[in-house]
Amino acid sequence: MTQRNIHTNHQGNLMASTRRMFLKSAPLVLAAAGLVSMPAFAADTIKVGVLHSLSGTMAISETSLKDMALFAIDQINAKGGVLGKKLEPVVVDPASNWPLFAEKARQLLSKDKVAVTFGCWTSVSRKSVLPVYEELNGLLFYPVQYEGEEMSPNVFYTGAAPNQQAIPAVEYLMSKEGGSAKRFFLLGTDYVYPRTTNKILRAFLHSKGVKDEDIQEMYTPFGHSDYQTIVGNIKKFAAGGKTAVISTINGDSNVPFYKELGNQGLKATDVPVVAFSVGEEELKGIDAKPLVGHLAAWNYFMSVKNPVNSKWIADYRAWAKKKGLANADKLVTNDPMEATYVGINMWAEAVKKAGTTDVAAVTKAMAGIKFAAPSGFTLEMDPKNHHLHKPVMIGEIQSNGQFSVVWKTKTPIRAQPWSPFIPGNDKKPDTPVKSK
Amino acid sequence: MQLFKPLLLLLLLYSGLVAASPLAELAHADPADRAGLITQWTVQADGPRRQAVAALEEGRLFSSTDGNHVLLQGVDGKLSDVDNGQPVAGDAASLDTLPVNNSVRSALEAFHAASDLADPERSKRLSAIQALQDSANPGLLPLLLSRQQQEQDSQVKQALLVASSRLQLASPDAAQRLQAIHTLADSADPATQTLLAPLADSASESDARVRAAATQAVADIKASQWRYNMLGYAFSGISLGSVLLLAALGLAITYGLLGVINMAHGEMLMIGAYASYVVQNLFRSWWPGAFDAYLLAALPVAFAVTFVIGMALERLIIRHLYGRPLETLLATWGISLMLIQAVRMLFGAQNVEVANPSWLSGGWVITPALTLPYNRLAIIAFVAGVLLLTWLALNKTRLGLFVRAVTQNRRMADSVGVPTGKVDMLAFGLGSGIAGLGGVALSQIGNVGPELGQGYIVDSFMVVVLGGVGQLAGTVTGAMGLGIVNKILEPSLGAVLGKILILGFIILFIQKRPQGLFALKGRVLD
Repeated sequence: MTQRNIHTNHQGNLMASTRRMFLKSAPLVLAAAGLVSMPAFAADTIKVGVLHSLSGTMAISETSLKDMALFAIDQINAKGGVLGKKLEPVVVDPASNWPLFAEKARQLLSKDKVAVTFGCWTSVSRKSVLPVYEELNGLLFYPVQYEGEEMSPNVFYTGAAPNQQAIPAVEYLMSKEGGSAKRFFLLGTDYVYPRTTNKILRAFLHSKGVKDEDIQEMYTPFGHSDYQTIVGNIKKFAAGGKTAVISTINGDSNVPFYKELGNQGLKATDVPVVAFSVGEEELKGIDAKPLVGHLAAWNYFMSVKNPVNSKWIADYRAWAKKKGLANADKLVTNDPMEATYVGINMWAEAVKKAGTTDVAAVTKAMAGIKFAAPSGFTLEMDPKNHHLHKPVMIGEIQSNGQFSVVWKTKTPIRAQPWSPFIPGNDKKPDTPVKSK
Repeated sequence: MQLFKPLLLLLLLYSGLVAASPLAELAHADPADRAGLITQWTVQADGPRRQAVAALEEGRLFSSTDGNHVLLQGVDGKLSDVDNGQPVAGDAASLDTLPVNNSVRSALEAFHAASDLADPERSKRLSAIQALQDSANPGLLPLLLSRQQQEQDSQVKQALLVASSRLQLASPDAAQRLQAIHTLADSADPATQTLLAPLADSASESDARVRAAATQAVADIKASQWRYNMLGYAFSGISLGSVLLLAALGLAITYGLLGVINMAHGEMLMIGAYASYVVQNLFRSWWPGAFDAYLLAALPVAFAVTFVIGMALERLIIRHLYGRPLETLLATWGISLMLIQAVRMLFGAQNVEVANPSWLSGGWVITPALTLPYNRLAIIAFVAGVLLLTWLALNKTRLGLFVRAVTQNRRMADSVGVPTGKVDMLAFGLGSGIAGLGGVALSQIGNVGPELGQGYIVDSFMVVVLGGVGQLAGTVTGAMGLGIVNKILEPSLGAVLGKILILGFIILFIQKRPQGLFALKGRVLD
């Protein structure tokens, strides 16, 4: 299994490996092949790792992050690169295989000697690479909302912590505006992110006076595709009072889940489903009409109206067209793509500030760096906790597969990676410490 | 801000420039109160209010850049301030529309439903009643009661009666409450149970007769729900069973009859699913009008493609490995990897989108608690059809006779002139073709990606081994049994634990009975 996945013949991986193979001997051949722009010689470039699953169950979500990373890198290179050097992406495919993430990370750090890596989606993949980054003192930018409970000096978290996504979403569902939900069905994929998030949410709901009998938790394996029973259970549970479903389903299981919701006629006005891992990209493969009104909580939506966002989308599509990506003019953007983009730009800024790509110096320079993000807010990297200050937005699915924002915070919120709803967290330091 | 809005309104009223029109009232309402306002208007709908609601619903209301004004976009696309009707310069495309969220959406639904109650079309009246019933707006009671007098259709009348009874549960008159409980006791809607629960409780209900009736009604509803629950479990069990059967049926032929451990079987399913993807795309670009029929066209295509691939595999590779199960296993596993990789190169590593034709979307609502999705029903019917054809092919055709002869005694069949080589090839093609058909069906319920087959191969072997090698009846029993047991375990144990338990059970079962549920009688080959 592992062996087979290592040399997945995806374009990204192909690019990276061909480049390495040809670098020494024949740059001309490579340029003629037209796969990448003319590569500079090793000494003149700064290598940047891109570690996202391009096949397997997570490919639905992660492939676009790889594209976004390449776009952001090209954009920085077009402006002259960093410290007078061009950035050179090294794309690898860990194929939704968690141990393979660690292997690929080790390869990026020890063989390719990348200065920084942008990668991972699921928390299980992040947990898998974390020891590698801490051991080899690498630098990882993680672009996806997650469960918190982690603050590594080798990682910058540009996605949301629970207080920047999950908790505001549940507060919204409980508000009059959000339908005053009284019962909660917590449905997730069976791994660390959904389980921890639901633990936090359960504690939060308790603090709001929701009793255990009004909370139901259920998990399915990765790649699960038969949601008949679960949707039936949701219906039954919903008979007991105004119910909301909180979905932490990850990857391509979302497609059969939402199809089943539509087919069994569970409407958002009766039982709204709020998802933390479903964005514009995941909805591409589904007929969104039966799903109108189901919600997602993120820190960015493609439908947000502001000049930075429209320029970002237009530039990205133009780049994709130039690169010959399929359906380039219909490509969507989503929250983790925005977080990837923000992360790369902040890193480039920090390298310029530090004057070196040395991990310690860059980490120091990252503190307090600001970036005008496509969400319409100027985001700031917290000086202490390695997390971004982010605005929270709640969107409802529209028939065209986009979200309309129904609620948002006025200003960005500081992340609380150590959730106060988990006992013992109040004693944890607010600065990153290596995990043992 | 919150304070400012009412102040602004007051100021406008005071200045006497304009009275607060319904439009302004709706536009300036606090987002949390907007749904309530629309609900209030449902029974007092008039021209200006309808226009205001329509403007909100159609997304023609925008908040101004500073957030203090609400702008209306007219039919000509021009913006004007809702407070004074003054034109405002600006581009609607760069402004945020006033959000229409779920609570507003359900209020809107009820708002429209109130006027649909008198619609000449029967189905429209019924869905209107359904919408009003869910909105639980006590102000609607007089309207529902007056419609009840005028309504001719008995089913619509009954629906009106149920809807008004729901509202009458809150009536101060005990007799009316009692009457309402009696009406609702027959309903199998789980939501009714929630409504009745407080009436059965002595803390919230003073009248003893009402309490007794409500307790009885809740018990009745629970009993009927139990029946529907069982029906639901049975249905999803059969549905999962038929999916397993589709996946395993081809294997029952290649493994069960020919004895080839075909690890590439899953890839035949995958190729079948990709065949429907290709046919879908062809229909989309050439015959978009007949799109709904693409699935029917995909069936023969999928069968033909996998039939040919299966025969080619048999002729080129498997033929040379008969009687060497280990080598066959490795060779077919290698083929499976090659097929996966080939599909990755052709179609990309990501899942592809295969749309459900409109006749497979939605479901058959039996009761509010039980809906049978059309795609699941279609798969059950489809698997029955495929099963029948396979049975006919094996039992009523010359090829079937040969296949059975070769299965039972290869040498004897050979010596009486059965072309065993050709029979092997055709049978392998048939098994692969059936897997291709299964792939078309699987494309309708799950994701289509290069690894689709990997998810089914283990299940398929499980079904065939459990059912007994060489028997169609065994495969059917094995598939249905696994499906139903899985669905009985899943609600209480969860999907993960349920699956583990089933695997454990099969291991124990095979220990006890290695030949499976149904053993082939007679002189079976080694």
